[in-house]
Amino acid sequence: MTYPILALTLIFVLIPLLLSKVLRLGLEKDTMIATVRSIVQLLAVGYVLKFVFDSESYVYIALMVTLMIVAATLNARKKGKQIKGITWKIVVTLVFVELLTQAILLGFQIVPPTAQYIISLSGMVIGNSMVLSILFLNRFTAEVEASAGETELILSLGGTAKQAVNRPLIDAIKASMIPTIESQKTMGLVQLPGMMSGQIIAGADPLQAVQFQLLVLFLLLTTASVSSVLLGFLSYRTLFNDRLQLIKQV
Amino acid sequence: MADERQRAITFTDVYYDVLHKTILHRITGTFAQHNITALVGPSGSGKTTLLKMINGLLSPTSGRVFLFGTDIATFEPTVLRRKVGIALQDAPMIRGTVYDNLALPRTLQQKSLSELEAKQFLERVDLGARFLRTDVTDLSGGERQKVSIARTLINGANVLLLDEITSALDRHSVEEIERLITTLQKEAKMTVVWITHDLEQAKRVAHDVWVLVDGRLVERGSIEVLTEPESEAARQFLLGGEK
Repeated sequence: MTYPILALTLIFVLIPLLLSKVLRLGLEKDTMIATVRSIVQLLAVGYVLKFVFDSESYVYIALMVTLMIVAATLNARKKGKQIKGITWKIVVTLVFVELLTQAILLGFQIVPPTAQYIISLSGMVIGNSMVLSILFLNRFTAEVEASAGETELILSLGGTAKQAVNRPLIDAIKASMIPTIESQKTMGLVQLPGMMSGQIIAGADPLQAVQFQLLVLFLLLTTASVSSVLLGFLSYRTLFNDRLQLIKQV
Repeated sequence: MADERQRAITFTDVYYDVLHKTILHRITGTFAQHNITALVGPSGSGKTTLLKMINGLLSPTSGRVFLFGTDIATFEPTVLRRKVGIALQDAPMIRGTVYDNLALPRTLQQKSLSELEAKQFLERVDLGARFLRTDVTDLSGGERQKVSIARTLINGANVLLLDEITSALDRHSVEEIERLITTLQKEAKMTVVWITHDLEQAKRVAHDVWVLVDGRLVERGSIEVLTEPESEAARQFLLGGEK
C-alpha cells in the first residue's frame, strides 16, 4: 500500500466526523485525537520494528518487550489502586506469563527465535495479559465488596484469609477467563480474527494464516488463565492486615 | 458487680478511631464469667465495634482487651475466633444446606462434622434433624438465626457474642431464641455478651448491663442499673431515649 492510497483511508474517519457534527455527538475532538495518535504511534512502532527486525539484536528485542511490559503495567495498575503493591504484582504477572509462553514457543521450536516472531507474539501475550489483569482486578474488588458478609462470617469462625476470599477469588478468576473462552467458540463463524485477516490481506496462504491464528488462540488461553490465577494469588492477602481483618476500602 | 467475680473479658483504656473519628472513647470495664451481659445504647454508639474487638474482627487503636487474663493481641487471630463465637444480626450463611453451614467451622480446619454430630447440634438449638438437608434460602428468620447460633457452638467456644440476633424476628421466635440462649448459657456455663436495642429483652435475659452512649461507657453494673441509672447520659438514653 502506498502513502497516497493510505491517505484515502481517511475517508473512513471523515464519515464518523460528519455524523458527529450533524448529530451533535460532540465526538469530533476525540475522533481527531484518536486518529492522529494512532497514525503517529503505529508509524513510530512500524519504524522501530523495522529497525529491530533488521538489527536482529536480542538486546533490542528485550528492550522492546520491557517497554511493552512497562506500558501495560502503567495502564493496568489504575484498576487496582486499593490493592497494596499492585504495580509490582502486575509486573510479576506480566513477566511470568511472557517468560512462560516464550519458553514454550522457543523451547519446543514452535516458532523460530527471531525478532519478527518474538516481538509480535509478546505483544499479543502482554496486551492480553494486561486486559485480563484489568478485568480480573475490576471483578475481584467488586466480588470482595459484594460478599463482605460471607468473608466476615468465615473470618469470625476462625477461617484464614485465603478461605475467607476463596469464593470471590475463584468467581473473579472464572469471570475474567470467560470472555477469552467464549470468543474462541465463535471464532471464524462470527468474525475473522484481526491477525488472520491482516495476514490474508498481506498475501499469506489462508491455511498458513489459520495455523498461526490457532497458535495465537491457544497462547491466549494460557495467558488468560495464568494471568488471572497468578494476579489473584498475589493480591488476595493484601486485602487483609496482619490481624486477619478485612481492610475496609475507603 | 462484675469486678468482684471472675473476669472473662476486660477492656483497658480502649480507643477506636476510623478516619480521625473516634468511635470508642476510653472504654474500661469487665465482663464477668458465666454471665449474660447486655450491651445497650443508641444506634451508632459503638456497640458492634466493641463486640467485634472481643473476637479480633477489629483491633483497638489504643488500649488493650484481655480474654481470661491474656491480651487478645497475643492470640493467633484464627485461634482467638474459635474460642470466641459471634452470631451476627442478619445470620449470614454460605450457599448450600444447613449441614454445609454447620460443617463450615470444621471444614475451615480441614476436619469433618458427622451427620450425627450435626443432628445433635440442631437439637441443642431446638431444630429437628429434618432441617439438615434444607437449603438455607428456605429457612425462616428464626430458623436461620438458630442455625447461626448452632454454628458458633461447633467450635466449642466458651464466650458467645450476639449482635442484635432477634431484631428482625417475630415475637414467638424472639421468645424461643431468648429461652435457647439462656438455657445454653446455663448448661455450658458460657460467658455471653448480647447487644440488644430492646431494653425489656435485656431485663429478661441479662445478669449485667453495659450502657454505651456516643462511644462512651456511661453505665455498667447489674441489670438493675437499667431502672436506676446513675449517670445523666444513661438516664437520658434509658428513660427518654431511643429504643
